[in-house]
Amino acid sequence: MTNILPNLKYTESDEWFDPATGKIGISDYAQGQLSDIVFVEILVAAGDTVEKGTPIASVESVKAAAEVYSPVAGTVAAVNEGLADNPETINSDPYGAAWMIQLEGADGSSMMDAAAYEQSTASRAH
Amino acid sequence: MTYIPISPKERDAMLATIGVKTLDELFESVPATHRFPKMDLPPALAEMEAAQLLGELAGGNENVRTDMISFLGAGMYNHYIPAVVNHIISRGEFYTAYTPYQPEISQGTLQAIFEYQSLMTALTGMELSNASHYDGATATAEAVNLAFAQFRGKRAKVVVSPSVHPHYRETLRTYTQGMGVTIAGEDSNVSASPAALARFIDDQTCLVVVQYPDFFARIFDYTELINEAHARGALVCVVANPTALALLKTPGSMGADIVVGEGQPLGLPMWFGGPSLGFFTTKKSYVHKMAGRLVGETMDSRGQRAYVLTLTAREQHIKRERATSNICTNQGLLALASAVYLSVMGREGLREVANLCYQKAHYAAEQISQIPGFGLCFSEPFFHEFAVCCPRPVAEINAHLLEHGIIGGYDLGNDYPALKDHMLIAVTEMNSKDEIDMLVEALKEASHG
Amino acid sequence: MVNPTLEKVEEKKTVEPTLFELSSPGRRGVTMPASDVPHFDLPESGLLRDELPLPELAEVDVVRHYMHLSKFNYSVDQGFYPLGSCTMKYNPKINEDTCRLPGFVHTHPLQPIETVQGNLALMFELQEWLKEISGFAAVTLQPAAGAHGEFTGVLMMRAYHLARGDAKRTKMLIPDAAHGTNPASAGMLGMQVVVIPSDARGNVDLAALKAECDDTVVGMMLTNPNTLGLFDENIEQVVKMVQDCGGLMYGDGANLNALLGIVRPGDLGLDVMHFNLHKTFAVPHGGGGPGSGPVGVSARLADFLPEPLVGILEEGDDEQPPFYGFVRPPQSIGRMKAFHGHFGGGLVRAYTYIAMHGADGLKDVSQYAVLNANYLKARLEKVYKVPFDRICMHEFVMEGRFEGADIRALDISKRLMDFGFHPPTNYFPLIVPEALMIEPTETENKDTLDAFANALIAIAEEAKTDPQVIKTAPHTTPFGRMDEVKAARELVLCCWLPDNYDPEA
Repeated sequence: MTNILPNLKYTESDEWFDPATGKIGISDYAQGQLSDIVFVEILVAAGDTVEKGTPIASVESVKAAAEVYSPVAGTVAAVNEGLADNPETINSDPYGAAWMIQLEGADGSSMMDAAAYEQSTASRAH
Repeated sequence: MTYIPISPKERDAMLATIGVKTLDELFESVPATHRFPKMDLPPALAEMEAAQLLGELAGGNENVRTDMISFLGAGMYNHYIPAVVNHIISRGEFYTAYTPYQPEISQGTLQAIFEYQSLMTALTGMELSNASHYDGATATAEAVNLAFAQFRGKRAKVVVSPSVHPHYRETLRTYTQGMGVTIAGEDSNVSASPAALARFIDDQTCLVVVQYPDFFARIFDYTELINEAHARGALVCVVANPTALALLKTPGSMGADIVVGEGQPLGLPMWFGGPSLGFFTTKKSYVHKMAGRLVGETMDSRGQRAYVLTLTAREQHIKRERATSNICTNQGLLALASAVYLSVMGREGLREVANLCYQKAHYAAEQISQIPGFGLCFSEPFFHEFAVCCPRPVAEINAHLLEHGIIGGYDLGNDYPALKDHMLIAVTEMNSKDEIDMLVEALKEASHG
Repeated sequence: MVNPTLEKVEEKKTVEPTLFELSSPGRRGVTMPASDVPHFDLPESGLLRDELPLPELAEVDVVRHYMHLSKFNYSVDQGFYPLGSCTMKYNPKINEDTCRLPGFVHTHPLQPIETVQGNLALMFELQEWLKEISGFAAVTLQPAAGAHGEFTGVLMMRAYHLARGDAKRTKMLIPDAAHGTNPASAGMLGMQVVVIPSDARGNVDLAALKAECDDTVVGMMLTNPNTLGLFDENIEQVVKMVQDCGGLMYGDGANLNALLGIVRPGDLGLDVMHFNLHKTFAVPHGGGGPGSGPVGVSARLADFLPEPLVGILEEGDDEQPPFYGFVRPPQSIGRMKAFHGHFGGGLVRAYTYIAMHGADGLKDVSQYAVLNANYLKARLEKVYKVPFDRICMHEFVMEGRFEGADIRALDISKRLMDFGFHPPTNYFPLIVPEALMIEPTETENKDTLDAFANALIAIAEEAKTDPQVIKTAPHTTPFGRMDEVKAARELVLCCWLPDNYDPEA
């Protein structure tokens, strides 16, 4: 069963954004689709400014590859440095330890809420 | 219908199953105006005739085993290939298999590649090897792709030593023409020490490329240059001759980030230039940016040790336009040949080959340098090749040698205007003392004009 | 036999030790003769390595090791290998002999050209034959493989536009069914890849194509027949639309085995195409390479071909053959690799193959390749869903799944191994769910095709009666399914001599 946290905002391309902390990652649904993740590379550094749609990370699993895009504009306050050494965390704890970057001054109010995202993922199931 | 095992009767039954009357009916989606073109090709030959024709074409060459004595190297070398190599790669189980995408029925190929990877890391002193690239030149170009990707395109300068093989440098320029990469250092003085290259390395440099032994077979310790490059944040690729690595300090121990090279000396024929293989070895930290296939160890559902193609999501069939390279194949069968060669040669045999090359080249160099008008171009230690300055144009000298059944050295003036009238002479274990003495005699004659 | 689960296994069972595990100190394979020249000292020890950690084995150890390994491989010589888009046809034995003739094997690429006229004549004639087969104006033999040929082609397309001062073209149009190498080739040159969808008949969607055709188009990379095995019914319109906006038309020659003597891509107006000599012209696949990927071009791209080409330097006459040599096209993109291409393993075999077929023989190849594919499709389409109901070319794609059963294309593929067959390509093209892409080639007889169809029909029956036997397949192969996650996570990519190995012992 796909886990969708109520306090987060989401995108059609399966990123999540936490309005409280400014953190960004990929959803439980996304990690399930990718299956076992073996590589992650964060493409931005603290201090960079990102736009909505800027690629922020690259993820590879045993069978697929995906880019992660920033769902919102902002300034990178921090990146999760330890994630690259433990890419499997994205499978085990997508909303917690597997956050990718943290933004300052980002506004996620136009993003999907949990209910809308649940519908989105349900409509994509074949 | 040379290799088509279907009788007319079977064909008609199959057409009936499909629901058409003739073979031609299967092609109605092809525009009628261009359908079934006439092709002006020679009439089909029977196998016997083809064997004769190909025999005539092969006989139209002067080969360097039975027809001529050769002192030509410059990137491809006439080495002895033990009989066992050809016997093993001629097994249909190996040469008529495809890429091992189905590991349950491809463990032969997979373990052979895994062992090839292991042998190459042992030889170069690096942490890992991929399953091979097309040749030494394209492997060098792929090193640029790795470094460029490693810095995400933010460092766009490549520093290339002028004593890297001219074909490799040309290939590197072709490969990078759409990447916005600048290449520096190529035009610097070939007589300068490698340290002179350091002045080209800056904080925009992603990769420094040197050759070991270099194109003139000179042996340099690149440790200092590598340290300088690392201090400026750049990676270093060493293009190495694998035979020489049997004797010489490994590029890995000098701190190289990437070691590539031409695998032909490891049991592959020269075959007029290919196919051969390009080996590619690097450090674990760069594995995700490395192009090419990679075999890793795992376990099957029965608890057996086994091997699979791994980290495939890096490659073009999954990553498509975001892949580091578009490469799809590796030189599978030739990687197998090199692994067989290295395993029958072993640590002693390969050292013997390298030592024979070294001894004979040094004997030839000593003899040639005593001929009036000839002299060694460089004073550094060298491996199995050496540059000689000549009293006359190289083309004239080589024409004279050819009359004596000798293929002379490579004309360095082709690629290095400063080395006009210089010849690069290669000597391997295949050249006997008598052959070397014949070369020396013929050069003596040639020096008189 | 009980199959232990992965968790229960504590130590991996070794089926065949590695070369390194087989090594024994002091054992020798090949020995070299003693030196016949006076002794010279090696360079100072600072330039030398201490240890060379290679295995030590006798020749018989090596032969048995590789013979054991060979038994774990499936191969064309052993059986049917219907991998879609790979053209796993039978590799005639005569080609193995011709490519190993000493005159080919022991020639150096930089020998004086007067000593290699046989090689150069072969290369020149092969260039001419490939031109005649494809309808192109010029051919380079240099590219080492299909993807290398693609890269060559895309480099030439870029150079052509730049030479005309047209620097704004950055967009490469690529159909959704394309091989990954197409977008990767364009990506290597920093081009923007625009994906063009397929229409309901499996052709390029003309409306979608039209919407993208503008003055920023470099060109289009089209595989025809496409990876669904379908010949594009609007090919002439597609070519015209791309060329009318100033773009160039690239043909991916991966599927040329359907077109020999059927239609020449050059006649359809294509500007550039790579050949896969290891598919169409029976060069063996070698367990993943080497390939050989010559490229043909239309007249307007001929000046951009990579160097060197083989040309006639002096015309021949009644007495003398022509004198061949290397030439550099005036606006050449440069060199794609060292030396002159995959001569021995690629060009000599392909030359032998074409010489033995002639024009009619090559047409037979494609006609029977298409016959075999349509026959298999006809036998299977009642049991498996074939998404595009048309006459196919040399291959077709069907869905590897059944209504109401939890069986995937991968499971069917593994189960086919138990029936003694290599599986088809699976999960490609991406636009067909659970794709099974089947290319029988012309070198299979009706009995083999029937046996393969019967196996797939039997598996469809098993999906109803005993799905577990499919889910856990293969059962009869020497190895079972692999733990791919373990391989990628642990990343053991090489082995060494054992820790306690003492070469001096």
